[in-house]
Amino acid sequence: MKYFRLIWKNVWRKKIRTSLTILSVFVAFLLFSLLSAFSFAFRGGVDVADAERLIVIHKVSLVNLLPMSYLNRIAATDGVASVTHATWFGGYYQEQRNQFGQFPVDPDAYFAMYPEFNISTEQFEAFKRNRTGAVVGQELATRFDWEVGDRIPIQATIWSRTDGERTWEFDLEGIFSTDDPRGSTAIMLFHYDFLEEARAFAKGTVGWYILRVESGADPVQVAKSVDLLFANSPAETKTSTEAAFAQSFTKQFGNIALIVMLILGAVFFTLLLVSGNTMSQSVRERINELAVLKTLGFGDRTVLGIVLSESIVIMLIGGLLGLGLGWILVQGIAKQMAAFLPGIFLSPGAILGAIGLMIGAGVLAGIFPAVKAMRLTIIEALARA
Amino acid sequence: MSGILARLSGVSRIYQKGKEKVEVLHELDLEIPDGDFVAIMGPSGSGKTTLLNLLGGLDKPTAGTVKVGDAELSSMSNSQLSRWRSNHVGFIFQFYNLLPVLTAHRNVELPLLLTNFSAKERAKRASIALDIVGLGDRAKHYPRELSGGQEQRVAIARAIVSDPSLLLCDEPTGDLDRDTADEILKLLQVLNREHGKTIVMVTHDAQAAEYAKRTLHCDKGTLEAKEAA
Repeated sequence: MKYFRLIWKNVWRKKIRTSLTILSVFVAFLLFSLLSAFSFAFRGGVDVADAERLIVIHKVSLVNLLPMSYLNRIAATDGVASVTHATWFGGYYQEQRNQFGQFPVDPDAYFAMYPEFNISTEQFEAFKRNRTGAVVGQELATRFDWEVGDRIPIQATIWSRTDGERTWEFDLEGIFSTDDPRGSTAIMLFHYDFLEEARAFAKGTVGWYILRVESGADPVQVAKSVDLLFANSPAETKTSTEAAFAQSFTKQFGNIALIVMLILGAVFFTLLLVSGNTMSQSVRERINELAVLKTLGFGDRTVLGIVLSESIVIMLIGGLLGLGLGWILVQGIAKQMAAFLPGIFLSPGAILGAIGLMIGAGVLAGIFPAVKAMRLTIIEALARA
Repeated sequence: MSGILARLSGVSRIYQKGKEKVEVLHELDLEIPDGDFVAIMGPSGSGKTTLLNLLGGLDKPTAGTVKVGDAELSSMSNSQLSRWRSNHVGFIFQFYNLLPVLTAHRNVELPLLLTNFSAKERAKRASIALDIVGLGDRAKHYPRELSGGQEQRVAIARAIVSDPSLLLCDEPTGDLDRDTADEILKLLQVLNREHGKTIVMVTHDAQAAEYAKRTLHCDKGTLEAKEAA
């Protein structure tokens, strides 16, 4: 700490140059925070996945439907504790941009499968009693300012009704929440029976099955057993863990992690060149001063540490400012986009990673000039001055 | 003068310049008593700055030994020499070599950063050093806000702040006008006489050398006493 003033003064020796370098670091870490938050949203399902839940989908793709008749056969499979189903409804509220997940489900079986969803008994019973009833997650209710008792029209993009209508109306009977801060509640659940009765086509089908493995059973073996049941049938299945399912769902949008890595890689490579150049110039300009420090008794390692610290301080100033603004922006963006892409979140892991990156980039950008300063020969440097 | 502070025995310094070897000092012997104020004069390239560098542990002899106090400098590692310099020797340069980003006070405090003194103690000692050179009222000024003579006074304060026994001055008045140079030299005399500092001063200026107790003439790598004070 006793060297901090010297380091700080050296950092601001050329104010414009340092400010521009800090600006480039700021932009890089602002981008880092935004991309990390989006990346987290895309892989959010993976993080909250339950290892004991398996998802059964059509072997061809998630879009292909499975017969409802599979339900009892899956339930009878060894190692399966319980099973339920869900289907992608794919509608929107009022305007197309208001898209979110709507799933027709069996209320009892579905809520039993997802105990992390909390809903009051009164609201849940009311939902079960009303065939056109629906429940929504707290995020959705907040987003659209819905209250229990509201009549919610959903415009379907896939499922038309037997009368040709595409508008489905639901009575909001309850609002549920989740204790897991990473989990999304930006979804609507309604009765599968209502869909089955009113839809114009594909009757007797569901989107996918969700099953819970018995305690002590091997999930891999159970998955194999389920797929074997329907092998060589017109609708073969592919069973995977919830995490693997979430990952494959995310991959529909491309390899987000790879895209983020490539963008950040390019940004940070440029950043290293910019800040490395700044540090090199800074050391070149004060060869004489560094020689004087060494003359006064500052050791090689102390000089190395001072120059490296200057580089790290520049990174930390720009990086923390970028991260701070990123955090503020993410709060706003998360609220605005809660309906389209829930779970946008700058995680503590990402923040710690960013700080580590700042220090690492500071070391990388400063190491060559710092070593040059360390190896400086006093007599030669003073003679040159 | 109580004893010998620095002793050079059979010191040679040879530099390699391309394929050519240049002998700057040749089997030089020198004793500097504690409390001495010695001026070293000589033409450019005569080896006087090399001699100063050897005394300050900035360079090592090709042959011979350099002993200052109890320290055998020629056998010490670079890190040992760094520590030794911070405790035992103060440097004063022709062009002051103050750090432009620091105030006079912070410049003077620099050598104390290498000690275990508290911030308060460092500040106190830096203030005392500035008072000794008569610049207590310029503590908050940056080098660019000081005259050449004031800058050199700050440099002297920096050299004495850690209370070294030996001050090495390389052309300390070379960048100053006559009157200012005389003030600086008088200050060095005070440090020598009243504070007991041993001073070795390299200079081209015969008038400057008159402030020393004795003058040595350096030529072609050897030393001879020119006059005694």
